[in-house]
Amino acid sequence: MNSMNESSRSSTTIAIQASLKKRYARERRFQWYGRIAVLTGFVFLFILLADIVVKGTPAFTQHFIKLDIDFNAQEMGVGQTPSTGELAAADYSAVVKSSLREMFPDAKGRSEKKALYRLISIRAEYTLRDMVLENPALIGTRAEVWLLAHSEAGSYLKGQVDPATPESDRRVKDMQIAWLDTLAQAGRTESRFNTTFFLSGDSREPELAGIKAALYGSFYTLLVTFCLAFPIGVMAAIYLEEFAPRNRLTDLIEININNLAAVPSIVFGLLGLAVFINFFELPRSAPLVGGIVLSLMTLPTIIITSRAAIQAVSPSIHEAALGVGASKLQTVFHHVLPVAMPGVLTGSIIGMAQALGETAPLLMIGMVAFIMDVPAGVTDPSTVLPVQIYLWADSPERGFTEKTSAAIMVLMAFLILMNGLAVYLRKRFELK
Amino acid sequence: MRQEGGLASLHSLPNHYGYMAAVWAALPAILVLLLWMAFESSILHRLVIAQLPQNVQEMPADELGLYYNQIRGFASGAIDSAQLDRSQIEAAEYYSRVAASFSQLKAVIVVLVAVIGTLLALRRVTPLFRARNHVEKIFEWLLFGCSFIAVLTTLGIVLSVMFEAIRFFQIIPLQDFLFGLQWSPQMAIRANQVAASGSFGFVPLLLGTLLISLVALLIAVPIGLMSAIYLSEYASRNFRAITKPVLEILAGVPTVVYGFFAALTVAPFIRDLGESLGLNVASESALAAGLVMGIMIIPFVMSLSDDIINAVPVSLREASLGMGATMNETIRKVVLPAALPGIVGGVLLAASRAIGETMIVVMAAGLSAKLTINPLEAVTTITVQIVTLLVGDQEFDNPKTLAAFALGLVLFFVTLLLNFIALHVVRKYREQYE
Amino acid sequence: MSVIATVTEKNTASLEGKAQMDKSSAFDMQSHADMKAYETIGKPFVKNSKMSARNVNVFYGEKQAILDVSLDIGRNEVLAMIGPSGCGKSTFLRTLNRMNDIIPICEVRGEITLDGEDIYESDQDTVMLRARVGMVFQKPNPFPKSIYENVAYGPRIHGLAHSTAEMDEIVESSLRRAGLFEEVKDQLDKPGTGLSGGQQQRLCIARAIAVSPEVILMDEPCSALDPIATARIEELIDELKENYTIAIVTHSMQQAARVSQRTAYFHLGKLIEVGDTKEIFTMPRHQLTENYITGRFG
Repeated sequence: MNSMNESSRSSTTIAIQASLKKRYARERRFQWYGRIAVLTGFVFLFILLADIVVKGTPAFTQHFIKLDIDFNAQEMGVGQTPSTGELAAADYSAVVKSSLREMFPDAKGRSEKKALYRLISIRAEYTLRDMVLENPALIGTRAEVWLLAHSEAGSYLKGQVDPATPESDRRVKDMQIAWLDTLAQAGRTESRFNTTFFLSGDSREPELAGIKAALYGSFYTLLVTFCLAFPIGVMAAIYLEEFAPRNRLTDLIEININNLAAVPSIVFGLLGLAVFINFFELPRSAPLVGGIVLSLMTLPTIIITSRAAIQAVSPSIHEAALGVGASKLQTVFHHVLPVAMPGVLTGSIIGMAQALGETAPLLMIGMVAFIMDVPAGVTDPSTVLPVQIYLWADSPERGFTEKTSAAIMVLMAFLILMNGLAVYLRKRFELK
Repeated sequence: MRQEGGLASLHSLPNHYGYMAAVWAALPAILVLLLWMAFESSILHRLVIAQLPQNVQEMPADELGLYYNQIRGFASGAIDSAQLDRSQIEAAEYYSRVAASFSQLKAVIVVLVAVIGTLLALRRVTPLFRARNHVEKIFEWLLFGCSFIAVLTTLGIVLSVMFEAIRFFQIIPLQDFLFGLQWSPQMAIRANQVAASGSFGFVPLLLGTLLISLVALLIAVPIGLMSAIYLSEYASRNFRAITKPVLEILAGVPTVVYGFFAALTVAPFIRDLGESLGLNVASESALAAGLVMGIMIIPFVMSLSDDIINAVPVSLREASLGMGATMNETIRKVVLPAALPGIVGGVLLAASRAIGETMIVVMAAGLSAKLTINPLEAVTTITVQIVTLLVGDQEFDNPKTLAAFALGLVLFFVTLLLNFIALHVVRKYREQYE
Repeated sequence: MSVIATVTEKNTASLEGKAQMDKSSAFDMQSHADMKAYETIGKPFVKNSKMSARNVNVFYGEKQAILDVSLDIGRNEVLAMIGPSGCGKSTFLRTLNRMNDIIPICEVRGEITLDGEDIYESDQDTVMLRARVGMVFQKPNPFPKSIYENVAYGPRIHGLAHSTAEMDEIVESSLRRAGLFEEVKDQLDKPGTGLSGGQQQRLCIARAIAVSPEVILMDEPCSALDPIATARIEELIDELKENYTIAIVTHSMQQAARVSQRTAYFHLGKLIEVGDTKEIFTMPRHQLTENYITGRFG
């Protein structure tokens, strides 16, 4: 008996010994697949973030060009002692153009002159107008003025244009490059922090486009979303966790919440379009409708996370409160909810972060308009940050690419902030 | 409060009687106010339109809409009178009058309702009245109402989408939509008539959607699954603690960012790569959109797989390891087969995500519907077409606009079905090991 | 069951986490003040030993679960390990085929040999060791596969069968030795999870012996079974000792008395007393042993 076992054992060990090398090789290979998978995820994330940061960083600076402006009344089309009204309507582009012509007399034909004028942003006119309106004594004098460069000139000055590429492949032409080089050598160019980007709304000109309007739009939209989704979500969670009887209706509600969490966001947009805009005739493109749609979308998240937080409250608190004669409602609002609050808030912040990044449903309800003005309320036409990103990404001008990336950086900064807050709350909650 | 017997003679605390009065005053009033606001503009619309001359009323719906908007614009002072005709100005004055009396009426009715509510409540206040129970009952109903919003939302989605879709199917036969091989909604506009040529064929869109989703799943499932396996079975605690949250950043990136990345970085890269290999790659290839969508879904697949793998009991792993199986043999031959139903469910959930994803494809996929399964070509998807058909001004009886709702209906039910099956499979799988 | 919950509330429990929880009772040990080395009473050593442990200490992180245990397991004998919950008997059993390696924070010090070779030597590999030292667990844990595949699993991964016929033979003989073949021969393709508890445990035994181990470790194999199934397993253990060396952890003193030749009594991580089963149960020499077998605690 024993010897039989011994012999079968030796054949077993021999067989295993023979297979070991191969099996360990396979084990190592398998581990490598795992490492490669994790690494691939990392690489994707790195490329994504690096791509955006590299593309977006230049957008935070702007180039200015110093010109000698001759505030010639005749050229501006005003009299020697013009009225304020006249000054406001004067032709400031003419003095910019003449200053450029004066500086670069080599620009001959129409197209060359046009190229020359394109060095300076059209904002220059408004800069000069504001200067003159503030100090009408400037008329008839000469002054050195820093004017905003055109986005194409700016992109060359930022080093984004390679002069070695064939001229036909780039927007900035050889002559413009020569002029800009001259200006740069004369110390007439300067890079400054781009305040325009944060202080103005959308524009057709990349160098004038900013995210202020979109930020306000996002703010109003999220405000509506939060005011609706938070109370409704928390109350729904309380009902389902504390009051709901086990019946068909409750099941129906739960099934609906779980399914809504997985409905594509664009379908919520269709709902918003058909119900809130076409049926209730609420204003199109308004944060009000956007907020309502997003709140319906984030409700499942808030309800599910709030329920988990309420569930986690220890039953002893319940029993203690009920035991001293508090009603169920008092128990929930005075004792359970305060304890569950950090968890509820965490879920709500995550829901709000989702809403902040959402784009598709807002396209459906018309928040894709070209908005230059900062909205003043929840019924003004507005756009939101992600939609602004979408609009800029679609713009053919190269200058908008960096604006898009910069806007993405701002959006991501807000998301990181919100998620960080959620993580912080959760950590504190767990410590208790 | 009447307090002959002191506070103790009351059934409830004094402030509960106060709450009760407040609830009775506020709730009906708020309800009336909301209803009023919801229907005010459409009633105004009807009233003003009814006042207009016969020939104006018979204008096509879109022209009438513009006409009406001009009236409103003038009434609010946004539009100059020079642009309008006489009947419009009259109508605008009428509009202003009605709107003004409406707002007065609104204020009166809301206040009246609040007062009546308060009086009703006060009449019922007696020391023996169970005010607390009464208030709490109302509150419970309010809580119920909040959770019932989920059902109303689903109902709203189904009804609104269904209603418009049915109107679409009255113009375009259902079988043409479901089995048509050609999708070109623009043609119907140009011919200015019902597109009888079958240009609302849904098949190319479905194929395009599936193609991009398939590419996405081919990227996300292996990477997500292998990452989950590595992190839960091999990686050290510290490595996992750092890696998992970092990879989950991918899930928090807004889809519009992925769209931008796909359109401006990945698609040109793939096109150039293809060119250098002598391949003809479209600049809006399904491959680029699918690849980026795959990246987006990786953390989703990873978390689901992680949950599912961890649901496989430790005892099975121990049994296998205890016999001398290596870790990968245990994973491949015991853990994964045992987790298979759950993983299938997870993949279905991921597929439903991919099918419903909008921004990446809107920005990086094509617009023209091609019947192809070549991932190097540009294809279009259901969501892209919904956005294309609905962004901009719409007319609501145009098959082009209505088609978007038909597509929305299909999208809703396809994703619903996938989710339903997936959740069912996953739940069954969980129960198996509980 | 919701999607969101599964995605956001990540379930980070992993193998090690769960395994640790199973062993959490071992953590209580350090609270015991007297953690000095202890001289085992009785006869821990035998002449013809199959496995021997010398001065084994096991730590879970900071906490010590096994304190300086030295014990031999004789060839073709059944050694029973008894003791109150959390006494370290299961932990000790798992050190014998290095199952504790799965738990990262677990550290084993001391020497354990199999046929004179140190199993914790760095060049010893766990695959070979575990093929030679098989294990049967507390709860029957058949794979969710067919009965046939359950038994064929070991031979398959180790490459022991070179043909289908050979595999059929291994499966049949293993099932026969586990006393299960007659009951299941017509349903070999049915899932193993469909059998009764006792049958499942015998299937697990068949699965373990299919790779021809030399030692079988059994961790309370009958604790989840009814008395009839238990009796069947006990009979089986008695038959198996002809061919295998068996170490069995058990909660039941009656079982230890019925199946084993030698018995070791563990208490709070220490091996208190070892001896022939008859002697231990009739005249325990240590007070703790006596208290335990007379049912004063357990």
